Amino acid sequence: MNKTINQKAWFFVIPVFVLVAFNAIIPLMTVVNYAFQETFGNNVFMWEGTRWFKQIMLSERFHASLGRQFLFTFIILFIQIPLGIAIALTMPKDGIGVPICLVLMSMPLLIPWNVVGAMWNIFALPDIGFLGHSLNALGFDYNFTQQIGDAWFTTILMDVWHWTSLVVLLSYAGLQSIQPAYYQAAEIDGASRWAVFTKIELPKMKKVLTIAILLRFMDSFMIYTEPFVLTGGGPGNATAFLSIDLVKMALGQFDLGPAAAMSLIYFFIVLLVCWVFYTLMMRNEGNQ
Amino acid sequence: MSLELKNVEKKIGLDTHIYPTNLKLEKNTINILLGSTLSGKTTLMQIMAGLDKPTNGEIWFNEKNVTGMKVQKRNVSMVYQQFINYPNFTVYENIASPLKITGVSSDEVKQRVGKVAELLKLSAMLNKKPNELSGGQQQRTALARALVKDSDLILLDEPLANLDFKLREELREELPKLFEDRDCIVVYATTEPSEALLLGGNTATLLEGKVIQYGKTLNVYNKPNSLVSAQVFSDPPMNITKIKKSGERCSFLDNSVNWKTKINIKDGEYKVGIRPHNITTYKEGNNSLEIKGKVLISELSGSESLIHFTRGNLNWVSLSNGVFQKNVGDEMNLYMNADEFIYFDENERLVISG
Repeated sequence: MNKTINQKAWFFVIPVFVLVAFNAIIPLMTVVNYAFQETFGNNVFMWEGTRWFKQIMLSERFHASLGRQFLFTFIILFIQIPLGIAIALTMPKDGIGVPICLVLMSMPLLIPWNVVGAMWNIFALPDIGFLGHSLNALGFDYNFTQQIGDAWFTTILMDVWHWTSLVVLLSYAGLQSIQPAYYQAAEIDGASRWAVFTKIELPKMKKVLTIAILLRFMDSFMIYTEPFVLTGGGPGNATAFLSIDLVKMALGQFDLGPAAAMSLIYFFIVLLVCWVFYTLMMRNEGNQ
Repeated sequence: MSLELKNVEKKIGLDTHIYPTNLKLEKNTINILLGSTLSGKTTLMQIMAGLDKPTNGEIWFNEKNVTGMKVQKRNVSMVYQQFINYPNFTVYENIASPLKITGVSSDEVKQRVGKVAELLKLSAMLNKKPNELSGGQQQRTALARALVKDSDLILLDEPLANLDFKLREELREELPKLFEDRDCIVVYATTEPSEALLLGGNTATLLEGKVIQYGKTLNVYNKPNSLVSAQVFSDPPMNITKIKKSGERCSFLDNSVNWKTKINIKDGEYKVGIRPHNITTYKEGNNSLEIKGKVLISELSGSESLIHFTRGNLNWVSLSNGVFQKNVGDEMNLYMNADEFIYFDENERLVISG
């Protein structure tokens, strides 16, 4: 076969290249730029090498916020994934109930993040909020602005309220794609409800659940707006997750160098965890 | 052993899925439910299995009323059009799964799975998971699951429909052997008349939720009780035309085709069904009628030629052995074998066949 050599083909690649450069590479490179240098403004930069990275990696403050971040993400995954599957299983499979449930389920997802934060802030205020006031009226000493446990409780509750729907919708889609013949076959075999769940539904939902866990991991790991509006990272630093801490460092203290280094480390952690998780899930997939 | 449907009817809302049906299936028979999609085959099977309850009527098994009895207690197995296996189980575990609740000892499970696997040529892949197998092997696994327990009733719902041509041919040939010395009733749903003929046994022709005719497969094919039954049992579709009989002369197409007949029926008008393979590009039989046609479409499939043509404002389908390449619009001579005509009266009931 004779191939025509025509370099003009590169012109077709340029638009994509420019687009990706502007929305991903260039912003990232400015961060990289800050991460290796020190600046006192006026566009004067001094080379610092890996100093900021070392400083961040060794800083207790970073360890603390990273720890809080992992704890938060694990707790919400631990609640949202099983809860989402459980709700999806109880949803109707056909009839008028389906659109009603789907619309109800997508409502929390449609609310802007800062509104969710503001909503829950007011909702949970101990003196005037419905939740806060009710809890206190019931005899609980609840005040999320002052007590660490209450702050965590409220933040987690808010995230569960906001995002469980996503897991529900994905699981529901997975469940709906299972052909009725599978359930009949199980019925003929006399399989129990639990066996139907573990032997048919879970394996068939595996792909959507992988996506659900990945999405929920990434989103919760990068959570900013909602806890920022709800607790502002407080009381103290109790709910200062990675991104809140990062913004404090970058814009509050104007430590651009360490903040840039921290962003990059943050970025690589997300990337690494997603990659490990995805590879593990897909490797199992290949075995089947 | 017998399975009997007594006035079984199925309605969902205002839609009738199955009109009142009486059917008696005897032991050691293959019973084919033949009909197009939505003719009620699957619904009927699910009622037979006990997966679905009839709105009215009763199901009797071995002279016992089993209407409403749960499917687990009925000792049935079912194979579906889709390849239904447990995705996380190996082929071995899949085949063994129906035996789990029967309390069969593990030695016997091993032995029975081994036997069925050999029968279905799965012995080499017992440790694989279903999605590592080809479609044909997945369906073999599903078949093995149905055969491993000694079911009284085995239901197969278009089991070959999702397989590609070669695998379908291969499995189709094996199927009758699989059921040969089994003490059970086999029900097999299909949309393809050729499949029914190949499997033999009994056939029930279905249309829009009604069983039109039930009997020995060849009998139903050769002596359809009605035009509808003949149409269900004909692929490519049957040619239908009106003929006039007076005395010994029969004619159709405004007397442009006529012949001397020996059949003994009243004079008058009849509807005649002519199977496509009885219209050929060559003479066949002693009573061959020549008609001229204009080619609409000509399809070649392997060693057969399917020629659609028009004549007298009617569209006809002919099926000839051999390859005949025709162009659209060609005028050509075709021959009908008048001995194979099937005559129906004005109510489309059978008058005489062949």
